[in-house]
Amino acid sequence: MAAHDQGDTWRFVSSRITAEELRISFAGDWSLNQHLPDAEVLAAELGATIHRLGFATDDLLGWDTGFLAILTALFKICAAKGIIVDQSGLPKGVQHLLALAAAVPEQEGAGRDQGRPPLLHQVGTVTIDYFHGLPAMLHFLGELILSLGRLLIGRAQFQFSDLWWEIQEVGPKALGIVSVICFLVGLILAYLGADQLRMAGAQIYIADLVAIGMLREMGAMMTGIIIAGRTGAAFAAQLGTMQVNEEIDAFKTMGISPIDYLVMPRMLALLLMMPILTLYASFIGILAGMLIATTIFHIGVFEYYTETVRALALKHFLVGLSKGTVYGAMVAYAGCLRGMQCGRSAEAVGEAATSAVVTAILLITISASLMTIIYYQLGI
Amino acid sequence: MQGAAPIEVRDLTVAFGDFVVQRELNFTVAKGDIFVIMGGSGCGKSTLMRALIGLQRPTQGTVLYDGEDFWNAAPERQEQLKRRLGVMFQSGALWSSLTLAENIALPLTEYTTLPPRLISEIVSFKLALVGLAGFERLYPSELSGGMKKRAGLARAIALDPEILIIDEPSSGLDPLTARRLDDLIVELRDSLGTTIIVISHELASILGIGSNSIFLDGETHTMIATGNPQEARRSGPTQVRNFLSRGSL
Repeated sequence: MAAHDQGDTWRFVSSRITAEELRISFAGDWSLNQHLPDAEVLAAELGATIHRLGFATDDLLGWDTGFLAILTALFKICAAKGIIVDQSGLPKGVQHLLALAAAVPEQEGAGRDQGRPPLLHQVGTVTIDYFHGLPAMLHFLGELILSLGRLLIGRAQFQFSDLWWEIQEVGPKALGIVSVICFLVGLILAYLGADQLRMAGAQIYIADLVAIGMLREMGAMMTGIIIAGRTGAAFAAQLGTMQVNEEIDAFKTMGISPIDYLVMPRMLALLLMMPILTLYASFIGILAGMLIATTIFHIGVFEYYTETVRALALKHFLVGLSKGTVYGAMVAYAGCLRGMQCGRSAEAVGEAATSAVVTAILLITISASLMTIIYYQLGI
Repeated sequence: MQGAAPIEVRDLTVAFGDFVVQRELNFTVAKGDIFVIMGGSGCGKSTLMRALIGLQRPTQGTVLYDGEDFWNAAPERQEQLKRRLGVMFQSGALWSSLTLAENIALPLTEYTTLPPRLISEIVSFKLALVGLAGFERLYPSELSGGMKKRAGLARAIALDPEILIIDEPSSGLDPLTARRLDDLIVELRDSLGTTIIVISHELASILGIGSNSIFLDGETHTMIATGNPQEARRSGPTQVRNFLSRGSL
């Protein structure tokens, strides 16, 4: 009664054998490359009075799993409507493969998408998860302190060769990017100062602004953020991959503490390198400021130098160094924490690296605000 | 305690959150056993292993090593107990930043005071045992999957552990290498008296080397058979017989 042809070679004709029985005759090529229809097109032929469905395939030229998928879907529709399906008209190969696919019943609810919960529910889940993460963060901090204790009394399973290797990775190799970024930050500070101080006719104070700004705040802050993106993410990815490969489990079962062996060298390397990087970053920034002030705003080199030296009190050095060290600790903590918490898939490693950077920058910002307030109150 | 079995599992239940993987497991591994933990994919074999080797705390029950309760012991004691175990992980779990030789030498340098020269001789010997002589200086990333497994076994036996736990020794290996590995496992038991737990679903291996076993069922989430695998194939519950004869019942 119904035929179908769209230029592809598949066709079917359905004919009523009796008032209750329908036969669908397949013809042409029912393969995946033939723009096959979905099962609804066939199901549309099933009238309300049909109770039996049979098939004829005398003119069927070709078929593959696409044909099988359509039939399987059609059978489901038939089962729902209470129609008895007689497969005997189908080719033997089709019948065998359909039987094989039906051999293991569908697992209820296994891996099926259960739909997204409402927005409020999602916000709640994320918030609860976040607070559930806090004890784990404190636990990791505790383990670090214990490990540091073991290291100090010489009982840690600690490899100095690893520390050297990490220092090399964390320190010298970061010099390039730290130089570029802090040079530009120094330049920005100089322009900012020049514009504001010109109104007061006090452009020489660009030197103070750049020197104190770089040393107290921007050197440490920019280095912290660069290191978070560079080293923090690397720590998380390295430890995360080791987690995926069961390497960390292997350490644990051998009684070798992964904290002592893997985390401590990374923590110490960053703690040792960050003050040095911070000083270097500040120096580069001040250099950039001097370059701008002397070439663009015509302040004498000697004048600028003297003003800079006058501005740089010891307390500014100490503030900058303390901030750099704290930021380094935050980056190492966040990177190692997220790496050790990593799940067991490639996706989890990516999440660990992302989360390490986000956590590190969050911790840096919080500690920066706290320290700024504390130093202000102390008058440092 | 004298006369206690090397490993006794009592009323053990392992779970992820609310999802119980296996419940109420009870079995004893005797000295010199090659004890096979078998079951279909995803039934919780590896999770049980993680509870045995101290990586995942069971929600109930405990594991006794020579009669000593592992999960209720102090952390320091747990570390000491763990040192009796050698574990080969499914993928080898070699430390990727170290060469094969360094991988195997690390436990030796951590826990013995042997001179470096002897350590490197031991390392070469252990590698030769698993058929990897001459591969000392390669990194894990330069090895095939089967070689990583064998190197993982070499590391697991570095300290001649009393108990050797092996996760899927022969899966992914060619039949000859798998057979060699099985022979090595039997040889370790016979010559060194090592008690061995093998987690496996490879029939040839289970029937060839297993002296005792448990069968974990993925549907009822508990063990449904125990005993010698050969006997289990003849007279165990239907599911076990079916499993051990590739479903030809």
